[in-house]
Amino acid sequence: MSFVVNGQVVLHEPVLRDCRRLVLYAPEVAQAAQPGQFLHVRCGETADPLLRRPLSIHDVDRSRGLVTLLYRVIGRGTTLLAMRESGEQVNVIGPLGRGFQVPPQHRRVALVGGGMGAAPLFFLARALAVVGREVLVFQGGRTADELEIADFAVLPVQVSTATDDGSRGYPGSVVTLFAAAASDLQPDWVSAAGPPGMLRALAGEMQKLALAGEFSLEERMGCGVGACVCCNCRIGRPDQWTYRRVCVDGPVFPAGEVVWE
Amino acid sequence: MSVSTAVQIAGLRLKNPVMTASGTVGFGEEYAGYVDWSHLGALVIKTVTWEPRAGNPPPRIAETPAGTLNAVGLQNPGVEVLVRDILPRISRCAVPIIASIAGNTVEEYARLAARLDGVPGIAALELNISCPNVKAGGIVFGTLPEMAAEVVRQAKENTGLPVIAKLTPNVTDIRTIALAAAAAGADALSLINTLTGMVIDVEQRRPLLGNITGGLSGPAVRPVAVRAVWQVYEAVDLPLIGMGGIMTARDALEFILAGARAVAVGTAHFVNPGAAAEVAAGLTCYLEEQGIADINELVGAAHRAGGKGSC
Repeated sequence: MSFVVNGQVVLHEPVLRDCRRLVLYAPEVAQAAQPGQFLHVRCGETADPLLRRPLSIHDVDRSRGLVTLLYRVIGRGTTLLAMRESGEQVNVIGPLGRGFQVPPQHRRVALVGGGMGAAPLFFLARALAVVGREVLVFQGGRTADELEIADFAVLPVQVSTATDDGSRGYPGSVVTLFAAAASDLQPDWVSAAGPPGMLRALAGEMQKLALAGEFSLEERMGCGVGACVCCNCRIGRPDQWTYRRVCVDGPVFPAGEVVWE
Repeated sequence: MSVSTAVQIAGLRLKNPVMTASGTVGFGEEYAGYVDWSHLGALVIKTVTWEPRAGNPPPRIAETPAGTLNAVGLQNPGVEVLVRDILPRISRCAVPIIASIAGNTVEEYARLAARLDGVPGIAALELNISCPNVKAGGIVFGTLPEMAAEVVRQAKENTGLPVIAKLTPNVTDIRTIALAAAAAGADALSLINTLTGMVIDVEQRRPLLGNITGGLSGPAVRPVAVRAVWQVYEAVDLPLIGMGGIMTARDALEFILAGARAVAVGTAHFVNPGAAAEVAAGLTCYLEEQGIADINELVGAAHRAGGKGSC
């Protein structure tokens, strides 16, 4: 069940130089939201920029009716959104899409996130930890700063970090870090989000380790509800795939079925 | 006062002049839960072709100033799936459904028209002879008057349903295509489909869309669309369905005053799923506020008022 609602801005704060945490009071959305789902956010009131922006759900507080979004200010839409202040209303459609579905038999779940991919994984980490699963977070970023967008340390999870510039944790790719640690830690499922290059590399490592899991994908989006068929990705096998809609068939897809360009 | 928004288009009596624009709300059911289509005059569903089509490679959409550029490429499950699976589900909505069809050849339009003739739940056919995003068919038929006429003629011969031709603005003079379609027996005209456009990704230094070019829609195209309706209204004696960037009832009124007897809301749904229903409600409010009893009084009224400027 999803809704078109005006969420009241409860908190809107900078997280880093170019990231913002936006907390909306939207009880029906908070109640329904599942990890991996997103909100289609109307950033401004005018016709330019026109389209909504799909932003993944970073966290929810069902008892207080709050939904948290974590986003990077990149273009005109997010720049407009960044100007919305406490007390203002932000129109959202959501929760939308098929979220992460970790099969119940998997007890030791690796969450691998690159950059803003940490945003949806935080909600998932909390949800898995609450039901007693063992959660191994592998968080990567370009710099130590970028790792601070999501504070996994507040959750009962094990966190390993990697930075491209070596300023914190493993110096290099989070995928390399994960692959090196996987044989010791023996995760039995992988949930990941991040840039396409990272996910593609991760898919390769998972294949070597015979590990299954799910990836959250991104694509330029129109309606957000499956009608315009603009946000397509290739799902299936390399020699036999079909276009699927990121907005309703995803954004989370089985890792082994994503066919890379 | 009590006002009437009912209009007559191609033999269909619609409770109000507001429709959906093909391709923007899928088959309607994707928006179930957000919108009650029964508030509209008609639901124009996504174009179907004879065979299923996979569509174009992504990215398929780019945002442009006050608009979007799309290159979906008529992805659809094919006419048989529409008839067998989709129509039985969507025809429960209390709204007339207009099916949109596109062929690779004139003969395929004829076959599609014949296939949908008499199918329960379809009130009329819209001929998409104006899609800019497919290699064969589509816009090819909409840019040559004799081809447009042939598609309309073949469709009319193969169906008892009202036939609406949807025209492209990507032509030298849209009136020549409109006249050809009218002479071939079209019952109404939809104008306009998207304008061909392009966006370059400056960082990557290559075209942004997978299809390279796409179709521009949204408020950015509205003045072009209003102009097209204005011109065709003066040239052709057929009911017109106006569309292009309608976001509000005010926008819709521009089209109606320019000569459209009905309007379609498209891209606005991406921003506001309730857009078409709000346009319909807004038209009623306008009539009440202005003390106009019947919306038909407004159709083409701007022509009768004359222009302020001179050229």
